[in-house]
Amino acid sequence: MKVAYWPGCVSRGFTPELHGSMSKVAPLLDIELIELDRAACCGAGVIAEHNQELADTLNARTFALAQRTDGELMMNICSTCQGAQSECQERLDANSDYREQINTNLGNEGLRYEKGITNKNFLWLLVEEIGLDALRERVTRPLTDLRVGPFYGCYIVRPVDRLGIDEQHPRDRYLHMLIEALGGTVVDYAGVYKCCGFPIITMNKEASLAQAGRHIGDALDAEADCLVVPCPLCHLNLDLQQPAAASVVGHELGLPVLHLPQLVGLALGLSPKELGMGKHIVRPTSVIDWSTSVVASAA
Amino acid sequence: MAQTHRSVAPLLDIELIELDRAACCGAGVIAEHNSVLDAILKVKADTDGSIGVRCSCQQGICGSCGVRMNGKPGLACNTHLDEAARRGAGTGWNPPDEGQQQETVVTVEPMGNMPVIRDLIVDMDAVHWRKIHRVTPWLINKEPIPEREYIVPHDNMVDVTQTMACIQCGACVSDCLSMEVDPEFIGPAALSKAYRFVGDPRDAEHHERLKDLSEDEHGIYDCTHCFNCIDACPKGVDPMSQIMRLRRVAGSDFDIEDRNNGHRHERAFVKNIRKNGLLHEADLLPDSYGGKLDPHALPELLGSLPTIATALARRKITPKTALLHTHKAPKEVKALFDEVDGRETRNELNLYVTGYEDDPVHPPHTDEPTPLEPPGPTEAKDDRSEQTVGAADREPPAETSAPTVGAEDVPRAGAEDQEPPTSEEQE
Ligand code: SF4
Ligand code: SF4
Ligand code: FES
Repeated sequence: MKVAYWPGCVSRGFTPELHGSMSKVAPLLDIELIELDRAACCGAGVIAEHNQELADTLNARTFALAQRTDGELMMNICSTCQGAQSECQERLDANSDYREQINTNLGNEGLRYEKGITNKNFLWLLVEEIGLDALRERVTRPLTDLRVGPFYGCYIVRPVDRLGIDEQHPRDRYLHMLIEALGGTVVDYAGVYKCCGFPIITMNKEASLAQAGRHIGDALDAEADCLVVPCPLCHLNLDLQQPAAASVVGHELGLPVLHLPQLVGLALGLSPKELGMGKHIVRPTSVIDWSTSVVASAA
Repeated sequence: MAQTHRSVAPLLDIELIELDRAACCGAGVIAEHNSVLDAILKVKADTDGSIGVRCSCQQGICGSCGVRMNGKPGLACNTHLDEAARRGAGTGWNPPDEGQQQETVVTVEPMGNMPVIRDLIVDMDAVHWRKIHRVTPWLINKEPIPEREYIVPHDNMVDVTQTMACIQCGACVSDCLSMEVDPEFIGPAALSKAYRFVGDPRDAEHHERLKDLSEDEHGIYDCTHCFNCIDACPKGVDPMSQIMRLRRVAGSDFDIEDRNNGHRHERAFVKNIRKNGLLHEADLLPDSYGGKLDPHALPELLGSLPTIATALARRKITPKTALLHTHKAPKEVKALFDEVDGRETRNELNLYVTGYEDDPVHPPHTDEPTPLEPPGPTEAKDDRSEQTVGAADREPPAETSAPTVGAEDVPRAGAEDQEPPTSEEQE
């Protein structure tokens, strides 16, 4: 399938392995990515906090660019983009006068947003468009015995109404379902639906890292081999900042954190190196050991 | 908090309900459409009279029956048993406990973030009410006080009605994720209460209130934007959105500098995107602390050095990505920033005020206030075609709410500032 692809900022900045692994995984799933390279940052809630119309205009522009492509829908790889863009879309779709006004802003560039774009995180697309059965068929290296803790990130699970989470679309269980479909073991721990703390890292570093540290600690206590996150901002606090978080909570951590496409890529047979895991701050030793042992036993 | 799952027995339609304390109830009149509170009271009546639970109105009004049901906070009296059972089964944010069967078990626990006095009764005074008092929860009148009512633009009043809907149940406080790690955080309920006055044009101390809440390290910039309070609130108060409004007014209208880097971070972020189109993280950090050369930035940056060194060593970032701006915003993006951000007044769509088109559940807000007397001919009527809420009305020097004789735009006095609910504490 063809999708208008919004990689976001951080996946091309401080977590380049995310965008990198997504482009490796996409062809294995027959996803053709049409990259929206002229679009701008979603604002991550911060631009909206400054000026709501500005955030809505920037995201309407991204939607309009996506609607110009021949992609079936728009796809993102960042929970924060999903949440921030869904919030803007809610306003744009709810009120035609307002939408007109925003479209007037876009007029100079000849762009126009039409109500009702479908914008899905890679996680939602995997479950709802590709389907877990189809995915299972493509798994060449099931994640047998790999204990994976899901970490969703706030923006992709709340608020439930805006994100369309209901019994038909239990999107807040998709990571669980996916880990199982890939053959791994789900580790439930207290932090599954909690906040990584990243949004306040410059305002209250201690409270921010205390959150990251606590969730990592809980996952370690539950004997997870790694975490998987669909959000690069969570990855920054959980991986890049993990050594600092360890000193805030006062005990050793050391839990590898994988981006969602990396986990999928592993099961589809890509190597940790191809998936850019060497770039992580916390060396994904447990994952590398696991993949070597799988490869060894297959040989 | 204690969470033991002890003896349980089937009720009539729903099979069982587990309480924190031993609860055993024979077949009774409890059905799935009964409320969780009905079930608790039934168990209390039939099985264990010692169970401590707080309730009064049983109609979702008094706010005294806040509990956690299958891990999610809410009012026991307005949550149906079947809905509570489903909540833990994947359509909420808490998974069922290991071994817990889906859709048949409702585990009731006391709310979080507050000390438990007994069973389901938490100490609201020690946390919730203390925080409410922290934000000066009353109106400080603008002088001179008019002879009759103040007149307030309709949209402004609808806007603050959202926060006035709060019944002080504490559900949002229970699951606030910032408070979990920083118990001193002022928190969702109290900050919503603060917006109730900052959003009210009759209040004289917007600036002082905002300055105070920005400067406090446990104030508006301590919220981690986790949305938990939005989903927790049984009254649609949207506490997080109120906190974001406080930040917007503090930063954009009053330009309040705070020692927490809140406003600086927001400005740095906006500047960064205007310039680069995409976020350039390497600049954001120093700029959020006031710029690379700012004395505040230095210790923070030095503190980040080990992290950055590892990131460089792992080729996560390269000197090129760290130092050079490889991505430049298209000129169209810059133009949008200049146009939209350069407007005299911010343009905001408040869905609470306008409602949702094509949505019967949240239709546009249409009920016109009925004036007691027709307004005088010279009176400016609030402009309803404009969606801007408040920004202009609370601009520091602007005085748009001329006191005058009255339309009923002024809410009933006292509707919002209720005393702690007088509640029956059944023990
Ligand atoms: S959004 Fe902010 S106030 Fe609301 S629960 Fe999360 S941290 Fe607390
Ligand atoms: S804001 Fe909502 S959840 Fe919080 S105390 Fe008020 S009514 Fe309860
Ligand atoms: S008893 Fe539930 S709100 Fe009053």
